[in-house]
Amino acid sequence: MKAIITVIGKDTVGILAKVSDACAQTNVNIVEVTQSVLQDMFAMIMLVEIDKASVGFEELRARLNEVGETTNTKIHIMHEDIFNSMHKI
Amino acid sequence: MLETKDILETINMIDNENLDVRTITMGISLLDCLDEDIDKACTKVYDKIMRSAKDLVKTGEEIESEYGIPIINKRISVTPIGMVAAPCQSKNVVRFAHALDKAAKELGVNFIGGYSALVQKGFASGDYALMESIPQALSETDFVCSSVNIGSTKAGINMDAVKMMGKIVKQTAEITADRNCIGAAKLVVFCNAPEDNPFMAGAFHGVGEADTVINVGVSGPGVVRAALAKNGAGKDITEIADMVKKTAFKITRMGQLVAKEASKRLCVPFGIVDLSLAPTPAVGDSVAYILEEMGLEVCGCHGTTAALALLNDAVKKGGVMASSHVGGLSGAFIPVSEDAGMIAAAKSGHLDITKLESMTAVCSVGLDMIVVPGDISAETISAIIADEAAIGMVNTKTTAVRLIPAIGKKPGDMLEFGGLLGSGPVMPVREGSPAVFINRGGRIPAPLQALKN
Repeated sequence: MKAIITVIGKDTVGILAKVSDACAQTNVNIVEVTQSVLQDMFAMIMLVEIDKASVGFEELRARLNEVGETTNTKIHIMHEDIFNSMHKI
Repeated sequence: MLETKDILETINMIDNENLDVRTITMGISLLDCLDEDIDKACTKVYDKIMRSAKDLVKTGEEIESEYGIPIINKRISVTPIGMVAAPCQSKNVVRFAHALDKAAKELGVNFIGGYSALVQKGFASGDYALMESIPQALSETDFVCSSVNIGSTKAGINMDAVKMMGKIVKQTAEITADRNCIGAAKLVVFCNAPEDNPFMAGAFHGVGEADTVINVGVSGPGVVRAALAKNGAGKDITEIADMVKKTAFKITRMGQLVAKEASKRLCVPFGIVDLSLAPTPAVGDSVAYILEEMGLEVCGCHGTTAALALLNDAVKKGGVMASSHVGGLSGAFIPVSEDAGMIAAAKSGHLDITKLESMTAVCSVGLDMIVVPGDISAETISAIIADEAAIGMVNTKTTAVRLIPAIGKKPGDMLEFGGLLGSGPVMPVREGSPAVFINRGGRIPAPLQALKN
């Protein structure tokens, strides 16, 4: 299953590194990344493959939330299909 | 890959605009639980519900977590108990309500609907006893919801049942007066009741339905309002309608996804998605605010009915292509106590019961969650039910009445329910007695609209 991780917040050093690190530690494969910084607002979107993740979905969410707290950003992880169904016909 | 702006739009809808799936409702047929012995019948009912819905709450929570979409309620609807109770010939029908309540509590669902009777053309065995037991059933249980269908376009209006329901609504409020008359908030009187409605308090599982089925009710007034606030300035009405349609499409696609996924995981057939804008008392999640966003100074002023008609129609047009099966009530809800904008408009006197009645001619339900003075007569309640049923009967649409007589309160006072039921100001009703008309009984014949063959 593929999921989408979104990271939104004020731009600081090392956000990408910390989120990627959490993914690597849980064996979550990053398929694609886009990021944009508008003025000082940081928005990053990652498409990840979580079938081989070493932890369950809830645990993964909890770990990402911890990263969100340390980097002062808001991190969501959601099943890819929610976006596909809403925005593609 | 998906576009960044689309992803951020979805996240923003959920985080800031109260987008949610309002309910996953499992419909369960109880037709295989009939028994002449009421003890055995109640046991069968309880066992079947426990068996069928054992994974409902867990599955709802899993989907909520994986997809990141809040699913506010997990509910159950059952075959109208009036039918299930028919063979028992027992006066003690209320025991079915206790069996439903026990199952609901043990399963962890929010509500269970179907303590119902369908009497649009007359009373069958079991219906009369069930209707008489409604006040007791709603006062002695916490999660049971009740509904009675008293009319339809095909059958006309059963005025004997209308007369009876006026008394029952009042008694239900009186018997729960110490709990803010909460019983009456769990009782709906319908004309043209849909058999696959996932929303409470009017949900029941129709006899033409499959053994078990998953129906989903979406929501999202906040999302529609935000879309109009962002892009609506200076646009003409055609463009406003298009904006509502596009937003409704996205909301419904999400509901369709959740319904399909729940159906797959529970191994229960997918029934319908109900395309409804269901408000909550949360600020920003209001149907009234959408109407005001369209350019009305306050909900209830002249123009409100036209704006609501446009909204209701655009929601359906946007939603219908997004889902493979659409049903239930589908449209905009206008429950006064559950909608921050309606509460404000009713408090300030801009929205009264007569304006609400005309609004119900163009939206998906009826006079919903309206608090009326505690000294209202049973005949006046019956007459309000009859007026509303007449609108539904003639226009071939569902209408419903959920009035809460606020015992001991007068116009201007507030009745507080809390939670999703919100709070409502006591609204005055019109003067003059309809008692002689109501006490005649009998049936209003089906209108010409019924003769379509």
